[in-house]
Amino acid sequence: MADPASPVVRLDGVEHRFGAVRAVAGVDLAVAAGECLGLVGHNGAGKSTLMHVLAGTLRPDQGALAVQGEVLTGRYDVVVAQRQGIRCVFQEFSLCPNLTVAENARILHPALTGFGWRAQAGRLIGEALDRIFPGHGIAAGDVVGDLSIAKRQMVEIARAFTVTDVPVRLVILDEPTSSLDAMVAGQLLAFVRSFTASGGSAILISHLLGEILGTADRIVVLRDGQVVATRPAAEFTRDSLVAAMGSVAKAEPGARPAAAAGRAGTGARIRAQPARQTDGQELVVHPGEIVGLAGLAGHGQTDMLLQLFAAAGRRGGRTLVAGEVALVAGDRQADGILPLWSIAKNITISSLRRMTRFGLIDPAAEQALASEWQARIQIRTPDLEHNILSLSGGNQQKALFARALGSAASILLMDDPMRGVDIGTKQEVYGIIRAEAAKGRSFVWYTTEMDELAHCDHVYVFRNGRIVADLARSELAEEKVLQASFAEAAA
Amino acid sequence: MTAGLLTPRVLRSLLPALSLAVLLVAIFYLQPRAMSYFGINLLLNLAVPIALATLAQMFILTVNDLDLSIGSFVSFVACIAATWLSEMPLLGILALLGCILVYALLGALIYLRDLPSIVVTLGMSFVWLGLSVLLLPTPGGTAPGWLQALMKLKTPLVPFCVIAAIVIGLVVHLGLMRSAHGAVLRGAGGNPKAVARAGWSLLRIKVTMFALAGCFGVLAGLALVGLTTSADANIALRYTLLSIAGVILGGGEFVGGRVSPIGAVIGAMTLTLAGSFLSFLRLSPDWQIGAQGAILILVLALRMLINRAEARR
Repeated sequence: MADPASPVVRLDGVEHRFGAVRAVAGVDLAVAAGECLGLVGHNGAGKSTLMHVLAGTLRPDQGALAVQGEVLTGRYDVVVAQRQGIRCVFQEFSLCPNLTVAENARILHPALTGFGWRAQAGRLIGEALDRIFPGHGIAAGDVVGDLSIAKRQMVEIARAFTVTDVPVRLVILDEPTSSLDAMVAGQLLAFVRSFTASGGSAILISHLLGEILGTADRIVVLRDGQVVATRPAAEFTRDSLVAAMGSVAKAEPGARPAAAAGRAGTGARIRAQPARQTDGQELVVHPGEIVGLAGLAGHGQTDMLLQLFAAAGRRGGRTLVAGEVALVAGDRQADGILPLWSIAKNITISSLRRMTRFGLIDPAAEQALASEWQARIQIRTPDLEHNILSLSGGNQQKALFARALGSAASILLMDDPMRGVDIGTKQEVYGIIRAEAAKGRSFVWYTTEMDELAHCDHVYVFRNGRIVADLARSELAEEKVLQASFAEAAA
Repeated sequence: MTAGLLTPRVLRSLLPALSLAVLLVAIFYLQPRAMSYFGINLLLNLAVPIALATLAQMFILTVNDLDLSIGSFVSFVACIAATWLSEMPLLGILALLGCILVYALLGALIYLRDLPSIVVTLGMSFVWLGLSVLLLPTPGGTAPGWLQALMKLKTPLVPFCVIAAIVIGLVVHLGLMRSAHGAVLRGAGGNPKAVARAGWSLLRIKVTMFALAGCFGVLAGLALVGLTTSADANIALRYTLLSIAGVILGGGEFVGGRVSPIGAVIGAMTLTLAGSFLSFLRLSPDWQIGAQGAILILVLALRMLINRAEARR
């Protein structure tokens, strides 16, 4: 390893907030030349935010940033990062699907212009692909939109290693192997090793702990936006990593007493299998049950909810959903609220069919329903006729809960609804959910927060679109959820 | 489908040219005398301003916006050309440059305030129309002599309108599809975030594309008035929809930065010919616009079929 006194990148006390949420709360991080740094943490630990800070796409609210000892705080952005040779392979797709592979290489390199740029760009990306993924089968003239997901990911990774005028110093790889098969992933990790051996630096983020343990020199563990452990990779094992990521013996405030009725007692209200499930494992929900969907974000939980939503009221097929369904959206700005409407109208929209008289909406019934739910879940507003946007985020979310609870639905699907909601409101809503479950309603609750699973009677852990663990309330432990989320293909 | 040459992708890119060829053959069959220098010139000389307007629309579509004002803008340019440009050339040129500047500023406004381009350009269409009426309350004016001379140029062997269409298509193809900067401009339509992350200014890209659209709108107005010799505030209102149809007919798409300049020129020519074709069929003019729509639907339906065949592979 090179002299750690002159790190390629150094972060001191970096902090970044999204609204009320501190995504990154005072992180110190240094990457030495020739080092491969592994970065792990559970959902919302702040990994992606930190990467965006390093890539220059997010400006931190506080803290200092230095590249090669030069302090760049405050004037660091994407262009500066590029010029310093810092490249990032983002988790979300960042190629232009309408352009060819060579043209996408050009997007990253302002130096590729003039006569013959196309051939030069093609040669550049072709050589990088040959070096990293021998036998890749991608031509420089292929349109990216026509390639398979795996090949796009290969192009994106190869592009980060192409060099024109600035040498590549640091490459940040955020879940680079998520859509690669084991063989290609192996090629990539071997290349990262040889890249760092020749003096380059890399930051590797992956939920496959084996990759991190086998590739990184040093591992940094993030939790709740803070660094909780930094040690050479050799000193970690799978279990000690998982332990470091989880919180230590957290109290469970207001956790629910174990469900009285056994599962076998009543008939199931929902029986469903994820589309990619192969081993016959089913999601089962009984009346009065709160069922949690856990695992890392984007591993098929939302798809499961949408599958249930689509199957509601339909007979036959693999998915059984007996009863009316209401969905509480997680992204309330995009999928939840009707921003031009009043609070009352936002609450009653799902129940309008029950409130008509002679085919017209009965305003008295509408008013009554809205005020009833305002009182029951305490939406803090002087007047329900005010615009929904006059409410705070937490109260907007409450209005969405009121919409779902006020409808006749016996099954509520919740798509991580507590994102960005303050703790007081959360506690109130947990109470409402428990009370409604006691009355016989069923809840299917996708959550990215470990604490919320404590409110569930049953938890299914998702990975790669499949259910990989089925934990009853008595067996639920954070460690088990983490183990299942980060498990790898059986060795 | 036979393997090799006739893949859906090849078929899809050939579709605009094939539709044009089919239409030409049908016209020549109905009216063999159209198959002459003079006949082709008559059929296609109005395709030049339409092709230019279509390319203007294509620049806007490349960055996922839509211009509903191009028709009234072209009319306004025609009015300027038929009045100021021939009477007070300096004022006319300044006014035309000002028009391009306004387009560039619209691009900046749409990007900075994150406004829907449809709303902004719809509003602008009334502004342009109002300005045209102020400038030229009744049809009239005279196009500058040099402009008329240019548009009526007699080139040897191949009519001027065909040469102009080919040259325009090739120039834009080289600039947008083959040049290094063109790749960035198109990339901004495909994945704006990625382009911004690579360090490019989306504001500059948007302004460039709108300025180019303004530039081609001006050229379209000039070409049109060169052919008609006089102008009228409503002279090109139908260009708005024709230009959108032309881009789509030529293989472009509304979002995602997928466009084809050569396809757009061919699309514009197809739409121009469709009108004549229907006249040759002795179809009453009342039915012609509807029949043009039918042709459009037919070609787009074919493209859908090809796309589906591709998805099935």
